[in-house]
Amino acid sequence: MKYDIIVVGGGHAGCEAALAAARLKNKTLLITSNIENIADAPCNPSIGGPAKGIVVREIDALGGQMGINTDKSLLQIKMLNTKKGPAVQALRAQIDKITYKKNMQETIKNQENLELKEAMVEDLIIKNNIVIGIKTDKNEEIYSKAVILTTGTYLRGMILAGSDKHPGGPHGEKESKDLSNNLKKLGFNIIRLKTGTPQRIEKSSINFSKAQVEKGDNEIRTFSYDNKAYYNIENQEECYLIYTNEKTHKIIKDHLNESSMYGGFVEGIGPRYCPSIEDKVVRFADKEKHQLFLEPESKFYDDIYLQGFSTSMPHYVQEEMVHSLPGLENAIINKYAYAIEYDAIDPRQLKRSLETKIIENLFTAGQINGTSGYEEAAGQGIIAGINASQKINNKDCLILKRYESYIGVLIDDLVTKGIKDPYRLLTSRAEYRLLLRNDNADLRLTEYGHEIGLINEERYNKFKEKKKLINELINKLKEIKINPTKEVNEKINNSNILKIKDTTSLYNLIKRPEVKIDDLKIFTDLNYEKEIKEEVEIQVKYEGYIEKEEKSAKRQKEAEEKKIPNNIDYNKIKNIASEAREKLNKIRPTTIAQASRISGVNPADISILMIYLKKEASNE
Amino acid sequence: MQEDTIVAISTALSNSAISIVRMSGKESISIASKIFKGKNLEEVKSNTINYGYIVDKDKIIDEVLVSIMRAPHTYTKEDIVEINTHGGIIPTNNVLNLLIKNGARMAEPGEFTKRAFLNGRIDLTQAEAVMDIIESKTNYSNELALKELTGDTKKYIQNLRQRLINLISQIEVNIDYPEYQDIEQITYNKIQDEVRSIKNELEIIIEDSKNIKIIKEGITTLILGKPNVGKSSLLNKLIKEEKAIVTEIEGTTRDIVEGQINLNGIILNLIDTAGIRQTDNKIEQIGIQKSKDKIKEADLVIVVLDISRKMSQEDIDILEATKDKTRIIVLNKNDLKQELELDKKFMNENIIEINTLKEINIKPLKDIIKQMFELGKIEDNKTLFANQRQINNAIKAKQSLENVLNTIDSVPVDLLEIDIKDALYTLGEITGENYNDEILDNLFKNFCVGK
Repeated sequence: MKYDIIVVGGGHAGCEAALAAARLKNKTLLITSNIENIADAPCNPSIGGPAKGIVVREIDALGGQMGINTDKSLLQIKMLNTKKGPAVQALRAQIDKITYKKNMQETIKNQENLELKEAMVEDLIIKNNIVIGIKTDKNEEIYSKAVILTTGTYLRGMILAGSDKHPGGPHGEKESKDLSNNLKKLGFNIIRLKTGTPQRIEKSSINFSKAQVEKGDNEIRTFSYDNKAYYNIENQEECYLIYTNEKTHKIIKDHLNESSMYGGFVEGIGPRYCPSIEDKVVRFADKEKHQLFLEPESKFYDDIYLQGFSTSMPHYVQEEMVHSLPGLENAIINKYAYAIEYDAIDPRQLKRSLETKIIENLFTAGQINGTSGYEEAAGQGIIAGINASQKINNKDCLILKRYESYIGVLIDDLVTKGIKDPYRLLTSRAEYRLLLRNDNADLRLTEYGHEIGLINEERYNKFKEKKKLINELINKLKEIKINPTKEVNEKINNSNILKIKDTTSLYNLIKRPEVKIDDLKIFTDLNYEKEIKEEVEIQVKYEGYIEKEEKSAKRQKEAEEKKIPNNIDYNKIKNIASEAREKLNKIRPTTIAQASRISGVNPADISILMIYLKKEASNE
Repeated sequence: MQEDTIVAISTALSNSAISIVRMSGKESISIASKIFKGKNLEEVKSNTINYGYIVDKDKIIDEVLVSIMRAPHTYTKEDIVEINTHGGIIPTNNVLNLLIKNGARMAEPGEFTKRAFLNGRIDLTQAEAVMDIIESKTNYSNELALKELTGDTKKYIQNLRQRLINLISQIEVNIDYPEYQDIEQITYNKIQDEVRSIKNELEIIIEDSKNIKIIKEGITTLILGKPNVGKSSLLNKLIKEEKAIVTEIEGTTRDIVEGQINLNGIILNLIDTAGIRQTDNKIEQIGIQKSKDKIKEADLVIVVLDISRKMSQEDIDILEATKDKTRIIVLNKNDLKQELELDKKFMNENIIEINTLKEINIKPLKDIIKQMFELGKIEDNKTLFANQRQINNAIKAKQSLENVLNTIDSVPVDLLEIDIKDALYTLGEITGENYNDEILDNLFKNFCVGK
């Protein structure tokens, strides 16, 4: 049996990769060790957040599934950072883990060109440094033109709680034993990482009266640009906020050497951005309390996820710790917290298309590349799916730039800088944040999605119509001018707008901090969808800042256009510092912009490189 | 790249006692040994000075000392040979030509320093400082340039950048972790205080650095006065005392500098004028217009009045034309009977009575000049920018910070951050921590031959 593309793993990266590959008309096989666990969310029951939420919007704009699937599986949704600027607002949803899985599995099972198979992949079949298939633990060989590895935490997975340590994946699943060793033999540098997940508490055993309620927004929100709401705004589930206390901290300190981390039982490197509770207590010793969220996992079972309490303490200590929390004095722990160690590859061994540099037609996405988070995984998944398809169909790969998407920032960071701990996307990783907004992901990426073939004509026409309406409204606001008559100033004063002194356009009026676009209804009808009005308001109000960022993004764009040939021999370039030479040789950047982002490559090296390239070009 | 060996005369080409011809590149030692009679240069140790003769075939050109410095511990990180010739334009040029004949290439302006930079020997600020040493004419600017090599400015700017980075990270953590109510939310007040404080520090360095132009290029000084008031004798006294160059040399402006004097390290470029008399003569009018332009460009005007004569219309015109300038009113011929009556409105200005004939009060006049330009304070351990590019970047960064302060009430915090980041980026350009090829192009164009 021969496939075009095999996707190994059915997590968030695997789902997007498989769907993209199949939707692009490739005969695709998704292999996973347990079909029931496809699209499982083994950690927190939420999707989105700063930067991450925007990634979900980007996936949707490219024609991926995570946005729609989240919209269909909501327990609660809200917009974050509403008091801050448009650049940093982002959606976060609490999802029903059961519904989420069910919806995604349904989509996958109904997808044309996509087959499912249950097996553990333990090896790759390689010929002349090109991958041509996989081998399962039952020694079955399956052939394909390309393979995408999305192995999550399964590569030599190891579960840790206290000094108890045993091989395995999440939910007591079997780990993959040999695949990472086989990757090592092929020349991949294997790194060991660690992540963790907190306790699940029986809902009926919690006294919520001591906790602060966290509600969803009172306004309809959707991740997908389909803008279809599948939830009832009145029926959103609540989350709760509580704090740790001195008692909790004392228990942790007393038992510190029993934790896997502090007891020295862990070799993997944990994420800086998501420390365990013992880490927080040790590193921020002066803090009297740390906040924790109680989040529902599903309507179909009663687990409450104890966000912020992840730990690798032995079970009996966890009991004590949990019972020290307000409202959880009598809590029943349904699942203990655990840490998990797993293997990943050094992402600097990848191209920006997510194809590996060592083995042709082999792509990787998600935690195997050193990231953490469902959204980061899915974002890489869709890119790997698209590019595996582009590659075997002899088309140009899709390389998203840093100034056009968070996915571009994510992948560029991974392949250029590498990682030390599991990589989490943050808005501060993007230098042009104001260009990468939650509201404009479709304006940034729909063209790509359409060109590649993941955005259908219906959706594309809707997008073009939206663009048209945005321009129309902007022009309208530019044309309508108001004069500083007594009547006009009375009118605007009633809308809490400061008086005008000169004739001014509505367009310029929006630029004032106190003016909202809907305030202008007193001058003209604004019969546009809310989405259009919001977009126009942001574009006009923040025009000055947006232009400023676009200007500096242009500099980066120019440097991105200065290509470095594939076959460049860095050993031939005299005078480059040896550290820079070593790094350039290892990472093999494709553009001057990428080269300049490598740590250890300093400006002098870049100028030498540029002079060399100019000289080479003039010699030809 | 940089395969070839470059050569240049690295001392000023004049009839001085000794001149240095310098070569850099991997062939430099073998080229030198081809024309050197003495020890075998290819075998001598690094950092040695070797006595011998430069010969063209059998003809002796000069008796010389040759310094051999082997890579990589040299200025350019390449092999360097320096030949100390016996001065004189002709022998030095002969040695240079001989080296070129034997395989060296004439260096382009700034090429030694460019190589040092490209070979990672020095960073951008240091490269600029070297350029300043080359061009510096006085001790003041030499000190400035040297101070920068130690990285003082760099450290100072790095510190300001670090504070901006700290501020940015505080804002970032609120953005990326909005749900964390236990993380301190940065307030607008805090941002305002820190931004203002950084802006103020920048302002101080910028102000202090403005003197740098004066230190490097000298004070353009105009001596004005009606005929026979003692202008030229004042000029001559000033020049004579400093034993300065009296020949005509090209100034920084299109004007001819009559003379240049060095006042304990401050250069005074003295400029003659045609005067500003009212006249109907067309040609003279052109001259007068020129004088007025010169007044505009001058950093300092010395108005010379004759104490023994009554105030004339021309005196009044001169005082009127220079009333907005930094000026000193000199009352000459104080040994004669005072006829001049100076209006009270001038009483708060710098006025000094002198006598050029008897050389009275020439030194106090100089002290006043030094005082006026407050050059004393540069001797302190101040952080200063050494050139206009750095000053311009600092001004740009300051403006970005002003933007923050101006918009702090009207835009959300993440947009304020855009201007804060701009300031960070612009300061990074001063220390060379950002990459921008325009800087390099610009920089290397401004280098002159030799160190």
